[in-house]
Parts: sequence; structure tokens; C-alpha cells
Amino acid sequence: MRQEFTLTIFSENRVGILNQITTVFTRRHINIESLTTSESAIEGIHKFTIVIYSTREEVDLLVRQVEKRIDVLKAYSFSQDEIIYQEIALYKVPTAALFEGNEIEKLVRQYGARILEMTAEYAVIEKTGHKHETQELFDKLDPYGVTQFTRSGRVAINKLKKEPLNSYLRKLVKNGVNPDVKIDTQ
Amino acid sequence: MDKQTNTLMEESKKKPVTMTGAQAVMESLVNEGVEILFGYPGGAIMPVYDALYSYKEKLNHILVRHEQGAVHAAQGYARATGRVGVSLVTSGPAATNAVTGIADAMIDSTPVVVISGQVGSALLGTDAFQETDVVGITQPVTKWNYQITRADEIPWAFARAFYIARSGRPGPVLLDITKDAQFGSLEYLYKPTVSIRSYTPYPIIDPGQVEEAARLINLAKKPLALIGQGVVIAGAEAELKEFLEKTGIPAAQTLLGLSALPSDHKLNVGGLGMHGNYGPNLKTNECDLIIGIGMRFDDRVTADTRRYATNAKIIHMDIDPAEINKIIHADAPILGNVKDSLPMLTSRVSNNEHEEWLEEFRACYRIEYERLIERELYPEKPELTMAEVVRRVSEAFNDDAIMVTDVGQHQMVAWRYFKFRQSRSVITSGGLGTMGFGLPAAIGAKLGRPDRPVCLFVGDGGFQMTIQELGTIYQSKVPVKIVLLNNNFLGMVRQWQELFFDHRYASTELINPDFQTISKGYYIPSVEVTKRDDLDKAIKKMVSAEGPFLLEVVVEKEGNVFPMVPAGASVEDIILE
Repeated sequence: MRQEFTLTIFSENRVGILNQITTVFTRRHINIESLTTSESAIEGIHKFTIVIYSTREEVDLLVRQVEKRIDVLKAYSFSQDEIIYQEIALYKVPTAALFEGNEIEKLVRQYGARILEMTAEYAVIEKTGHKHETQELFDKLDPYGVTQFTRSGRVAINKLKKEPLNSYLRKLVKNGVNPDVKIDTQ
Repeated sequence: MDKQTNTLMEESKKKPVTMTGAQAVMESLVNEGVEILFGYPGGAIMPVYDALYSYKEKLNHILVRHEQGAVHAAQGYARATGRVGVSLVTSGPAATNAVTGIADAMIDSTPVVVISGQVGSALLGTDAFQETDVVGITQPVTKWNYQITRADEIPWAFARAFYIARSGRPGPVLLDITKDAQFGSLEYLYKPTVSIRSYTPYPIIDPGQVEEAARLINLAKKPLALIGQGVVIAGAEAELKEFLEKTGIPAAQTLLGLSALPSDHKLNVGGLGMHGNYGPNLKTNECDLIIGIGMRFDDRVTADTRRYATNAKIIHMDIDPAEINKIIHADAPILGNVKDSLPMLTSRVSNNEHEEWLEEFRACYRIEYERLIERELYPEKPELTMAEVVRRVSEAFNDDAIMVTDVGQHQMVAWRYFKFRQSRSVITSGGLGTMGFGLPAAIGAKLGRPDRPVCLFVGDGGFQMTIQELGTIYQSKVPVKIVLLNNNFLGMVRQWQELFFDHRYASTELINPDFQTISKGYYIPSVEVTKRDDLDKAIKKMVSAEGPFLLEVVVEKEGNVFPMVPAGASVEDIILE
């Protein structure tokens, strides 16, 4: 069954690592729906969060093919119900629109959004949530003239009780950041 | 090597020594035990070539005629010896020429390190002369690649490159070195890489998996072992033999697994796949157990996977986690090096014999022999067949040569009819199917194993894809024996056109040059044979020649390779004619 999967990938922070990871998806003609990357809790280790549509069988293969890249430390896949995730969206609207009735203010309250900044010309509204929620707010705000809209990739935390990676990462810290030192994962 | 260089080497073992990046490349190669390089100089690699001039006695550089040949030669060397093959090329077009060889090494798990020159780091990304993003281009077809932009990165990057290329499932590594890094200076101290935290080359074997596999083996009535190149790479030929002989399980080989088991071993039932033997294909769907050992269930082996091994449980032994369940679901995977997992398995299985089951394979072989092999080896028609040439040549080498092939009909025929006594005797382009692989690979193989005869089979199509390497053979005096099976056709494509495209021979007929004149131009002795009566004498002449030799045999124009599992069919639909 094709469904949404969130992959979290930990890698060395090396030039070209993103290309190394994405070619695994490209070869199989899999579209990346969303991608977020940033340094992880460990200095020098990068974390990628990638959302794709696929089947469980295919995702299992993809994870192993990503892990096969020398500079990738670990890769995991999660179905939607195995993670807590969040995205952030920003909306720029003309300030004048806020003064034409109180519709925008109502929407901000109703959707748990907040106004980040307001100038004489424009206001920036921020909302965190799942894609369908940020999209819904966009659809509601658009009639008032959204001049810019942007949505981030996904950040996610898994619901696993055991954290195998955590102890692994701790060992990395203990052993310093030299990538040519073997870490016993057993 | 001059005195100064010798002293540098001795000193670098103890404390850092100041040298240039180019010298550090030489030192790193020597430290990794490299003795031979295959390469072609050019602008962006000139500092390294200049350093090489002082290392002539330690590093034998073979000047090829095209960078694709440099990588194929390194592959041939690696496959014949089990050591890492090394190529040295310049930037831009040289690096892109090397890509075909790199891709071939990737899909066939061959350990090679390709060193490419690159424009100065200040010019990167500016479309400088002979600049190309070779790290980007080779990313999907290398096991690892790295761009060195500072001289002091060289010892670390080389240690890593060799460790990655040879360990675990081997593969190609590319090191791209900017010109300023070659000119720059560093404090050289070489530390071999012994581990990388993000890389597990040898997965720890799970005894539970071995236990489960042993249980399936002890229950099986009709088991078949599939031997792949993993056995050869791991050097597990003896462990394989012990396992097979204890269990009495018949064994068939993949294209690259051939020669892991001697041709005349009583449990050897032949080759797998599209042009493999009748029995191993036909019986696959009768098996109740398939044991894949260091092989990857390639589509040329499985044919239609939905109709593959339909009655069998699958044991899959492989070192690469990404291969497990990739094509065929494994009921009992054993992840790990077969050198270690095979003895664990052998100690847990019962002594057994499968005499009746083996007899079924022998019966299949008799059918194949009567309907096909006999007329291929002893034809009644006047035209020579590829099969009879291959078998005569094999016999003339006492069935103990290293067989190198190019790609096409002759490859399948050579693979079917050449015989082997020892491992690492088959060097062919399997996964990528690279025409032009044969000639340079044979050069590398011969230079790696000067003690063994190296015999190349090549077709008239593939020969002309890298024919310029005859120049390398002449210049470096490489005693390779070349058997050119000339049918003046791109035979394999023509065969498919005949069978599946209604005899429409679109662009497959070759109007060829006079290969005898070409050979003469390269000062390589040669003979052309067109009649059966002249064959044995010509083969004798080739075998007894001191140096290189080209034996051109004009074979039947429209011969077909059978048996054949037609594309899209099941293994059991194998046809004999």
C-alpha cells in the first residue's frame, strides 16, 4: 500500500552528502515531498528529515540503500502514526486588510496562529501545524490578499520507546568527532 | 628511485616529513602496497606525473591509449589478483572517459581507486579549461568519492579510499585532486584507515539466522546452491567446497561466480541465467530450497521474478544488507561475509547426499548435450562455430587459463564452453555489459598475474570499441592472447532482431577493416583462420607464442546462442533451439 513515510537520516557533514542521499530516491523515480536538514544534537552530525510516498517494502530497501552510502551513519523510516511532526508556515498580508473588519484577527485566533511582525505596509502571520492545516489557513487568508506564502519542510520526533540512536550518538560524543574511529554499536 | 626519495619513505614511517602533495600521492600509493598504475597524463595531473618520474622503480605506470581503458585495465588487475587496481587520469574529458569503467566496477563490485586531476581550487565552478564536476558525475557510480583541495588531506583521503575500495563489498573510489593541492606542501605521515564510524563493511553474523538456514537445509529434498562472485571476493572457495561436499547440494554459478568451483567438480551443475545451462534453469522451479551464496539475484539470473523458484524457500547469504529482499524475498537471510558464515553453516548441517536429485541435473545435461552442445562443438556444417573455437582454445591451455571476455555472443559462448581448474579465472563485464571491456581488462589481468596465461575472447564489435589498447600491448609488451571471434555482425543484437524483431537487422552488420593489417600495424603477430582444418595449428601457434598474439577466427555469420530464457519469460521456459 502506498502511503506517506518520514525518513530520518543521520550523516557526516560532508560536501555533496545531500546529493548522495537524493540520488537513491531519484534512481527509483521517487519524488521528495518535503526535506529538512540541519545539524543534529551532535556537533558535526547532520540530520535529514525526508517525506516521500511509497510502500513499506520499497521504503525498507531505500533505507538500506541510503545507509549504504559511506558517509551516512543511520537511516530510519516511519509511517505517519509513528511520529509527532510539525511544519511551519509564514503568510504576508497587507496591513490594510487587517483593518477591513476583524476577519483576519478571527482567523489568527481560530487557527492558533500569531502575528510575528506588523509594519505600516504588511503583517507577517506565523502558523505551525500539519500541511493541511497551514494550507487551510492560506485558503482562508488568500481572499484578503496574501502577498507571500512559505511553508517549511517537516521536523519530526518518533514515538519509539527505545532510542537506539541516542546511545550511539552519545558514544560518538564520548569518542570525539573523528569520523575514522569505529563506534561499537552492538 | 633516487636516494632522496628512499630516505623520505623511511623517515615518513616514524615522523612527519615535509613534501609536496604530488609526492604524498606517490608515498600514499607505496604505503598501500600499490605496484602498478594504469593511466594517461594531462594538464591537471601533471604535478603527480612529475612526481611519478622519481618513483619509476616502485610504481610501474602503464600508459594506456584511452582513460576508459585505464579503468578497465585496473579492473582486470583487481579481478585477477584480488588487490586494488589503480588508475591515474587528468581532469575534464579524461575523467568523463573513466566514468564507464567506474560504473562497471560499481555494479560488479570491483575494488579500484581512480585518481583524477582537477583544476586549481580557486577555479572550481568557473567553467575553467578542462573543468568538469567529476565528483558530481561519479557520485551514483562510486562507493565513495572525495575532492581533495588541500595537500594535507592527501594521506587521510588515500588511506580512506583504499580501505573503502577493498573492504566489505568492494567497489570503485574516485579521488579528485585539485592542481594546487598537488603543488602544495604538507607534513606527511601515513596512517592506514582501520575503521570508519559511519561504515560497517563486515556485518556481524547472527547465529539465529544461520540456525534457521541450517534447519531449512536439513529438511530440503531438492536444494540448489547458487554461487556468485561474493565467494571469489571473500576467498571462500575452500569453505564453499566443504559446505557443498558435506550437504551434497548441487551448485550452479552466476556469470561472475564461475570458476569459484572447478568445472569438473561432481556437484557443479553448470551456469545460471539467460544463456546458462538447461538443468539449473529448468529445475529452479522444482527446487524446494535455493541457497544464494554471494550473489544478488540479477534479472538475467531470475528472469520473471513472479515465476521464479515458485516452490522453494530462499536462503540468501550476502555481505550487503541492501541486497537482502531487493529482488527475491529471503525466508532465511544470512547477513555477513560468506568466508565466515559458510563454516558456521557447515558445522550446523547434517551430512547428506542428493544422488537422485543430482541425477536429474545430469539427465538435463544429456538432453542439452544431444540437442545442442554436440552440434555446437562438433558441427557438420563447414562454418566454424564460436563454441568449437572456445573449447579448442580452452583445451590448448589445459583448461587452466584466465579467461577474459568482452560483451556479446562470444561472451556467453566463452562462458559456456571454457573450462576452469582454479578460482579468479573469469574476468568479464557482468552487470554493466560494457562492450570494449575485454581488451584493456586482459592487459590488467596479465600484468597482475604474469604467471598465468591470459586469454581474451572478443567479438568484432567490442574489439573496435577499445582497439587502440593494442598500442598499450605493444608498448608495454603485455603477452595477452587475443581470440577474435569475427562474424562481421553485432551478433547478440542480431540474434534478438532475428528472434524478436522479425529478422529486421537494423544497423547490426559491420563492414570491418582488415584486422590482420591492424595487428601488423601494432607489431602484434597474428593469424586468420577461416577453415576448420587450420584451427588447431593456429591455436598451437598462439599458445606457444612468447609475446602477445591475435588469433582471428571467422565464424558462422548468423549463429545463435542457445539455450535461452527469452526476455520476460520464466526460467522454466528455457528453450534449447
